[in-house]
Amino acid sequence: MTENKEYKVVGTRPIRHDGVDKVTGRALYGADFQIAGLLHGRVLRSPHAHARILSIDTSRAEALPGVKGVVTAQDLPSAEDRIADLGEGAVNLKHLCDNILASDKVLYTGHAVAAVAATSPHIAEEACKLIDVEYEVLSPVLEVRQAMEPDAPLLHETLKTTSMGETADEPSNVASHIQHTLGDPEKGFAEADIIIERDFVTGTVHQGYIEPHNATAHFNQDGHLTIWCSTQGAFTVREQVAEILQYPISKIKVVPMEIGGGFGGKISVYIKPVAALLAKKTGKPVKVLMNRTDVFEGTGPTPASYIRVKMGATKAGKITAAEAYLAFEGGAYPGSPVGPGAMCIFAPYSIENVIIDGYDVVVNKPKTAPYRAPGAPNAAFGSETVIDELAEKLGIDPLEFRLINGAKEGDRRADGPVHPRIGFIETVETAKAHPHYTAPNGKKHHGRGIASGYWFNIGLESSVTINVNADGTINLIEGSTDIGGTRASIAMQAAEVLGIPAESVNPSVVDTNSVGYTAVTGGSRTTYATGYAAYEAAQDVKRKMIERAAKLWEVDVSNVQFEDGLFSSINGKEEQISFRDLCGQLSQTGGPVVGSGTVNPGGAGGAYATHVVDLMVDEETGKVEILRYTAVQDAGKAIHPSYVEGQIQGGAVQGIGWALNEEYIYNAEGTMTNASFLDYRMPTCLDLPMIDAVIVEVPNPGHPYGVRGVGEVPIVPPMAAIANAIYDAIGIRMTELPMSPDRLLKAMGKI
Amino acid sequence: MARKSHVQTTINGETVEFLCESRQSLLEVLRDELHLTGAKEGCNNGNCGACSVILDGRLVNSCLVLGVETEGKSVETIEGLAEPDKLHPIQDAFLENAALQCGICTPGFIMSAKALLDQNPNPTEHEIRYWLAGNLCRCTGYDKIVRAVLDAAAAK
Repeated sequence: MTENKEYKVVGTRPIRHDGVDKVTGRALYGADFQIAGLLHGRVLRSPHAHARILSIDTSRAEALPGVKGVVTAQDLPSAEDRIADLGEGAVNLKHLCDNILASDKVLYTGHAVAAVAATSPHIAEEACKLIDVEYEVLSPVLEVRQAMEPDAPLLHETLKTTSMGETADEPSNVASHIQHTLGDPEKGFAEADIIIERDFVTGTVHQGYIEPHNATAHFNQDGHLTIWCSTQGAFTVREQVAEILQYPISKIKVVPMEIGGGFGGKISVYIKPVAALLAKKTGKPVKVLMNRTDVFEGTGPTPASYIRVKMGATKAGKITAAEAYLAFEGGAYPGSPVGPGAMCIFAPYSIENVIIDGYDVVVNKPKTAPYRAPGAPNAAFGSETVIDELAEKLGIDPLEFRLINGAKEGDRRADGPVHPRIGFIETVETAKAHPHYTAPNGKKHHGRGIASGYWFNIGLESSVTINVNADGTINLIEGSTDIGGTRASIAMQAAEVLGIPAESVNPSVVDTNSVGYTAVTGGSRTTYATGYAAYEAAQDVKRKMIERAAKLWEVDVSNVQFEDGLFSSINGKEEQISFRDLCGQLSQTGGPVVGSGTVNPGGAGGAYATHVVDLMVDEETGKVEILRYTAVQDAGKAIHPSYVEGQIQGGAVQGIGWALNEEYIYNAEGTMTNASFLDYRMPTCLDLPMIDAVIVEVPNPGHPYGVRGVGEVPIVPPMAAIANAIYDAIGIRMTELPMSPDRLLKAMGKI
Repeated sequence: MARKSHVQTTINGETVEFLCESRQSLLEVLRDELHLTGAKEGCNNGNCGACSVILDGRLVNSCLVLGVETEGKSVETIEGLAEPDKLHPIQDAFLENAALQCGICTPGFIMSAKALLDQNPNPTEHEIRYWLAGNLCRCTGYDKIVRAVLDAAAAK
């Protein structure tokens, strides 16, 4: 159903609508929110990775002048051990509540234990130090394979492994085991001329958004709770807070402020319910802010993992079988993204015989949260490294190897679904023809690597309302928080329908009382699904405007046509009126025009990316320098190409950081020793070259303009691409992330 | 509670007086006392540059300066950069190059870029990358930010 024509607005690069506010410092983010009578909240966090809470005494804190209230898990309604879907998949409510404020045990250093509201943030911080918590310290479990040992200390005495519908009798740190099989792997491996098997380890990494979590909450005397915050999903905050506080959603209004990055990490709630509890207790608005250490220690990173990949191929380069074992750390509670990791690991390829096992395992680290294509980057580090080795051993160009085996429309993924129209092959062909790939690469210690990646993308619900203005402009109301230019990409889709410039749309992201339900800004869904809702709302406006033109000309609506912003009468009367002029006549033709669009589309189009990297390894220091980077990606249709490029570049660079530097470093007691931006080293602009983002457009048949999501897949290939380039440079296969200087020096036998 | 100090300083060309505790950073004063929230807190220990302002002509992380230290000094913040009817060329360049995504780091980058161009109007790409290495951006991969600063330099 994709419209196939030249577009006037779609594909152009207008200035984003919220741009001036954001370059002048006027845009208000969560922490910028001010209100009269505001109190400041701080959270006390556990110094232990694993301990039983024996007692909490808040009396000294409460006695400090300026302190207005202290809360602990005692202030939360007692949570049942039941499963609910709160907009980010199934959640166990007991786990959700315990992660907000620990009740019986603390399960990671940084686990929230109590919170204080005071007249200043400094007093709140001092008061936290006056809360006396007695702990019985337990042995921590800090690594996934250790946690799976039969004699490992247990995090949850009641957690039992579920494995394909069966629940085990004995408690374990393994929350679940999943398996996907296709064909006959044994037969497939028997047919192979070459088999490569390797295991891989990846570290815990954080989303690293620059804006810490924040929330301001206020309970009105009539029981209405308002929460102003940065979030990827205001409705998800409403649902989660309602469940945690056992409070009706009709009495909760969530006001999404501007958001300073999320990458999946600002879907889960942490301090929002705490701010609400403090507001309830004090009767005043309370603002709770995290500091950077809180963010590292107390919010979801993406998991460390242990992965084993085995693949076989014929001499001609055809993959005959693939096997994967994925063990992912869920952190303190179940919920690692091993599911999507297992679904994505071989998704770029058409393989007849596959077996994939995945394990979700709890360890004494913060509960993991989504991070850009959650699970897929870990998995692809393994599979794309093995693919590279197969191609190398067979003497086949790695892109050619991907062309031989690449998945196409109609091929079946190991986890079941059959691919619709996808653009993987197109990304490989584009990379192969790119001047980067055709340029020579032969200097000593210089290497080139390539890798590919897949991510599903999702649809989910979105709502958009359009109010037509008398001057020919429209006000577009949406519920998707704008993390990276989606006001523009959504507004442009409405503008395209109505034949007006992007600048004639005023998009607003509004609170949960003011727009229909809209799911999170996540899953690469916003330009796809909320854009789709904007398209539908604009179609609604168009229909209503056609009725007005018909009324004006006293003709039947079937005699009015709308094209390129112009209404015209067909069949007889020679009448024409522009969208703008008709807008000026609404009051004479029946009053205001409001259009609405709601969607829950099932046609999200999967995204593929193929990356090429050149790098240099410094043999003295083990440092890797990225020299050139090209990221090719199928966007379906790029609504605003600049922001699509931005997503690709940003995702690739997060991947570069993950590949080379980023990891949580723990001491033996299970405390992160690098919980600052100085020591958890994300790439700076000095670490990088320009990132050449190349957009391929294979339209998604499930969207009117062919949009696929673009935000997530660019983080999938970089780790393997860089590992493959390091191999090309120094002849060593790196199988542990990050590939930091010390690991490289060790691998080279220098230390 | 600590007694507050009276401080007189110049912010964006205007004389400003405020009361602050000696432990309050310039960032806290700007945001909490003066409601100039364009400077952002990303780390509060000088690693991310989101709170960058210019103090007596020199680029600083306002989270590492105490409010009381600004007595008699001059502070430039993001709020003072644009003219009433016109953006500063660096601001224009950021918009035209789509050099921001979430925008939280943007005020810091723009102030940092201004401090660079004030002393080096024609920086090379490497000089820009070296100078801006004190500002973290997690969304863009820096490509478009570096291009925006190159463009702003060329536009001058």
